[in-house]
Amino acid sequence: MQLAGARFTDASAAFGNDLATLPNFPAEIRAPAGTLAGVSAFQIHIAGGDILTPGDSPDVLVAMNPAALKKNIDDLKPGGVIIANTDSFEERNLAKAGYEVNPLEDGSLDGYNLLTAPMDELTKEAVKDSGVTGRAVLRSKNFFALGALAWMFDRPQETTLDWVAEKFASKPEVVAANTSAFKAGYNYGITTEAFAVTTFEVPPAELPAGTYTNVVGNQTIAWGLIAGAQAAGLPLFYASYPITPASDVLHELSRHKNFGVKTFQAEDEIAAVGVALGASFVGHLGVTGTSGPGVALKSETISLALMAELPLIIVDVQRGGPSTGLPTKTEQSDLMMAIHGRHGEAPLPVVSASSPSDAFDAAIEACRIAIKYMTPVILLSDGYIGTSSEPWRLPDVAQLPSFPTTFATEINHDDGYMPYLRDPETLSRPWAVPGTPGLEHRVGGLEKDQLTGNVSYVPANHEAMTITRENKTKAVANDIPDIVIEEDADAEILVVAWGSTYSAVLAGVRNTRLEGHKVAHIHLRHLNPFPKNLDEVLARYPKVLVPELNRGQLSRLLRAEYLTPTESLSKVQGQPFMAAEIKAKIIEMLEA
Amino acid sequence: MATTYTRQDFQSDQEVRWCPGCGDYTILASVQTFMADAGIPKEDVVFVSGIGCAARFPYYMNVYGMHSIHGRAPAIASGISAARPELSVWVVSGDGDALSIGGNHLIHALRRNMNVKILLFNNQIYGLTKGQYSPTSEPGKRTKSSPMGSIDHPFNPVSLALGAEASFVARTLDMDRAHTIEMLTAAHEHQGSALIEIYQNCNVFNDKAFAELTAKDSRDANQIRLVHGEKILFDGGTKGVAIEEGRAFIVDVEQYGDDIVHTHDATLPDPSTAFALSRLAHGPHGPTPIGIFRDAPRAVYEDALDAQISSAIEAKGEGDLASVLGSNGTWTVG
Repeated sequence: MQLAGARFTDASAAFGNDLATLPNFPAEIRAPAGTLAGVSAFQIHIAGGDILTPGDSPDVLVAMNPAALKKNIDDLKPGGVIIANTDSFEERNLAKAGYEVNPLEDGSLDGYNLLTAPMDELTKEAVKDSGVTGRAVLRSKNFFALGALAWMFDRPQETTLDWVAEKFASKPEVVAANTSAFKAGYNYGITTEAFAVTTFEVPPAELPAGTYTNVVGNQTIAWGLIAGAQAAGLPLFYASYPITPASDVLHELSRHKNFGVKTFQAEDEIAAVGVALGASFVGHLGVTGTSGPGVALKSETISLALMAELPLIIVDVQRGGPSTGLPTKTEQSDLMMAIHGRHGEAPLPVVSASSPSDAFDAAIEACRIAIKYMTPVILLSDGYIGTSSEPWRLPDVAQLPSFPTTFATEINHDDGYMPYLRDPETLSRPWAVPGTPGLEHRVGGLEKDQLTGNVSYVPANHEAMTITRENKTKAVANDIPDIVIEEDADAEILVVAWGSTYSAVLAGVRNTRLEGHKVAHIHLRHLNPFPKNLDEVLARYPKVLVPELNRGQLSRLLRAEYLTPTESLSKVQGQPFMAAEIKAKIIEMLEA
Repeated sequence: MATTYTRQDFQSDQEVRWCPGCGDYTILASVQTFMADAGIPKEDVVFVSGIGCAARFPYYMNVYGMHSIHGRAPAIASGISAARPELSVWVVSGDGDALSIGGNHLIHALRRNMNVKILLFNNQIYGLTKGQYSPTSEPGKRTKSSPMGSIDHPFNPVSLALGAEASFVARTLDMDRAHTIEMLTAAHEHQGSALIEIYQNCNVFNDKAFAELTAKDSRDANQIRLVHGEKILFDGGTKGVAIEEGRAFIVDVEQYGDDIVHTHDATLPDPSTAFALSRLAHGPHGPTPIGIFRDAPRAVYEDALDAQISSAIEAKGEGDLASVLGSNGTWTVG
């Protein structure tokens, strides 16, 4: 089903629709088919206009079996279209899904527009000459459904058929089977009365002029890291341990060794961050990527990077927690860990991505801060950004940021090389890498003298170094843009969000404005330190709403930092916000 | 190109702060002498350590260094060497650091054959935390944390390294500077990972742990010197080591002659013989092999990584960001 979803996405993108997707699949690789736990879903929202979210409630639900129907029917709009595979609505599957009677026949779906087809039988018939036999035959039935959808939504057939031909090039019989099934589904739509209710025409969206591509966030983070390393003039070194939903960043970067990118699949999370830090020590841009459980394991090494004052980027593609939690579902619950989750006084900059396309810029920004301030930086993404897709207007590569790295090459003090002699503005220390004659020095986790870097237990020195490290992180605020208010600056309410909720929050805000309300909205990229004008912006509004996919972590940070009486809208269901949820809360607060 | 150095060139300006009489002093002197002799440009040398008494080592070496966190030095050193294979990368670790908290990183660095030289200072005790039993302490050892005697079965570090298929494994003694320098030189010349177990006396918490091997009246009887290409004879040539059915044992040469005595070949591709030799002693009691157990070439991780980068560039050309950004397929609007 994920494959069929991805094909429909590409066909829609090629047609010029704006789109947003939400893959939703079980953590188990092969969860039992037909059970509720095993339902793999893919939600896509396509439009002729600018759209922000995968859609709160779909117009069409394709249910390949009773469990898929049961699990998703509540999301479907009243009067929406259900396309069901009647062959799978037999006794055994109905029982597995917990239906006592067949919902296709008992009238319970009367409020919907029910379209049915015996997809197993039709697929078997369609692929009988392809050379595919046995159990493999029914693997093509998703392509039958996809063909029917392509007809309903007037998608171009070529995008999918070209992809099939390329993807399965080594198995001509599979190409033949999937092609036949897809065409059979498409033709079934044209010829049968069963599907003749309506066809949806979704015209191409009016997007700003430019060249577009369709991207998922794990890919754009990888590309952003490559771009960030190029901007710095450094080789990129990515060390990681496989973990859902971050592994695709490792997969993507390992495909780009021709950029000089070195990837290293470590023996565990701790080794991965250690390898990355070692690479940074010798002048590479060391990056490690993981999800929440991995960040917990890496925290001691992150503190070492902070103490040694070396650049390091930790990508956290957040998932539902704590512990193993909901590995394939999204959440924003690592914010407090990113900001505070280390032993000792250990501040570091935290940057977040707000969408699949924005992840590219967020990754470049993380690289810039890490190198300029000689500090570990945590880059927060999440499962929703990492695995969902949207169109992206390609940037002009020549216009991307550039921040060439300067290594120390000369003695910087009358008494020799002082590794902790700081830049007075950024408080950053020089970066002298092995291979540089005359600058041999040692770094480490023990507290260091504020000039020589030698081990120091002097009480006042530890306090001075602790405060200097804190001030260095604060200095980043001098170097980031002021927060910009989107929508109505003169509103009574301000909505403050960060990360992947951007699209749902903006849609919720806009939908509220359409009803005549004034609503201000800001979205934070920099979570530590905050933009300098945030204090003043928050103070302007009597009501401040902070929607988050956690239990109010940013809300608490804002209260602690600015004594602002924020109100939290919390959701921890492993799913993104719906725009309607945001709108309902804004209206509730406006009416209160 | 070799540079001319003296031992003093490798001494940092930091006061050495180990306990008076600690074996670490001797090892430090041996390493500094070796470095001067080896002539590696000192700006190309990196020492990485974890936590423990031995881990202070990098502060005393006037080269690049990192005193990192407990157990993780092999991982950090792996990153250093993978990023910059031209550097000479050394890890200084102890029995607790390398074999307890850092056991995982140790075996994986050895398995990958990272070009990193690991010096394992084994004193069979936790010194920095003031005297708890370690993963190499003998069973029954009474310490602050084992007042009734340790019930942990100890690791044999050489056996462990050979089990991880380390391509170079040796053992030496802190007090024997000439032998230590010989082992360091061989490790440096070896391409790939090297583990040298150094029996190191902790005169405060575990004094004379290695006395059987070092005391004048017992060392000849207990030191089995492994020399590549030579028969394994010891105790003035009166005893030797034989290997039969994959097991090593000690034979009386005066009684059986020396035809039965095994001729040591450190370069065997299969580590089984080296492993058999490592089983002659479990802990430094009775006759114990000293020297190079294994020095066998095998593919080095850094070479393979660089080769993949070269072949990717050859196949696809130098990376072009614009073409990657468009690689999912594009469409044009307006």
